[in-house]
Amino acid sequence: MMSNTEYFFLIAGMGIVTFLPRWLPLFYLSNKELPKPVVEWLELIPAAILSALLFPAVLVNPQTKELCLVSVETAAFIPCFIIAWYTRSLGITLVAGMFFYWAGTNLL
Amino acid sequence: MNVSAETINKSEKYIKEGFKAVWPICVGYVPLGIAMGVLGQKAMLSPLQVLSMSLFVFAGSGQFIAVSMISGGAHAVSIIMTVFMINLRHLLMSSSLCVYMKNVSPKKLTMLSYGIVDETFAVNIEKLKKGQWGPRRSIAVNFFAYSAWALSTFTGCYFGEFIPEGSFGIDYALTAMFICLLVFQLNGSIYFITAVISGLIAVFLAMTLPGNSYIVISSIIAAFLGVIIKKRIIKNDE
Repeated sequence: MMSNTEYFFLIAGMGIVTFLPRWLPLFYLSNKELPKPVVEWLELIPAAILSALLFPAVLVNPQTKELCLVSVETAAFIPCFIIAWYTRSLGITLVAGMFFYWAGTNLL
Repeated sequence: MNVSAETINKSEKYIKEGFKAVWPICVGYVPLGIAMGVLGQKAMLSPLQVLSMSLFVFAGSGQFIAVSMISGGAHAVSIIMTVFMINLRHLLMSSSLCVYMKNVSPKKLTMLSYGIVDETFAVNIEKLKKGQWGPRRSIAVNFFAYSAWALSTFTGCYFGEFIPEGSFGIDYALTAMFICLLVFQLNGSIYFITAVISGLIAVFLAMTLPGNSYIVISSIIAAFLGVIIKKRIIKNDE
């Protein structure tokens, strides 16, 4: 168990290392003219980062670090992606995804 | 200070629009908050300690790892180092937001940056790209997500153990949300190509590298390749 003092320092330290990476670029770069290639690169970052967050979460087993192509996560992924593509609605995709996942875990 | 009725109406509008964009994140945070609460209890943290971590850190996956390290008896310094590594991806997010934050006051930039997490970044960048979205609405989105996270982790400490795991497929809520947010980003072949490259590299690296360094590495490489591909191939077609 952690003492209150140690916990306080832990929270303070975690807070600083969490805040600084979020704050520094936005605070120092926002009012500067960035070179065009850098802006082009930054424009591709959201698609790249979302993909990098999403695919390993769906396809790689976090414990064994093995590729797992057949799972409820991947089975729900495909209809969910199609629904997102055609409806362009976060709410509908969310509910549909939850339903597919629920159906996959409970009915199969 | 004299605050006119118009200003109040305007900020009400920002808050409403922000809420409309952010509610799916709040839904997705419910199971995560509950899980966080349960883990916190197991790590012998009080509900107030869990709440204070959510309020002062707001780091999602970083908090999960911190709590599991606390359970394992890790030293505070090694926990802080780990959280730092996990949160490095927010450097990239913050950098790509700055393209849309010209002439915004330092105070607003600071408020906005406090709430940059994967989910709020994804929602805000989508809206900012489309236009008709700005710092105030983005801050509203971040604020609601922050409140929902703090509230759900806090209540998770009390009710977590009574809720059966995996109810209503809610564990898939954030994945579904990310699928949709990725789809929103795919408005042009170069975005699609970049996403595919990034996904492939990330999956490969996730299997080989420890921790979550794969997120930052694959995003940097894929966006870099995307810029080159855009210059070499796509522009030649036009």
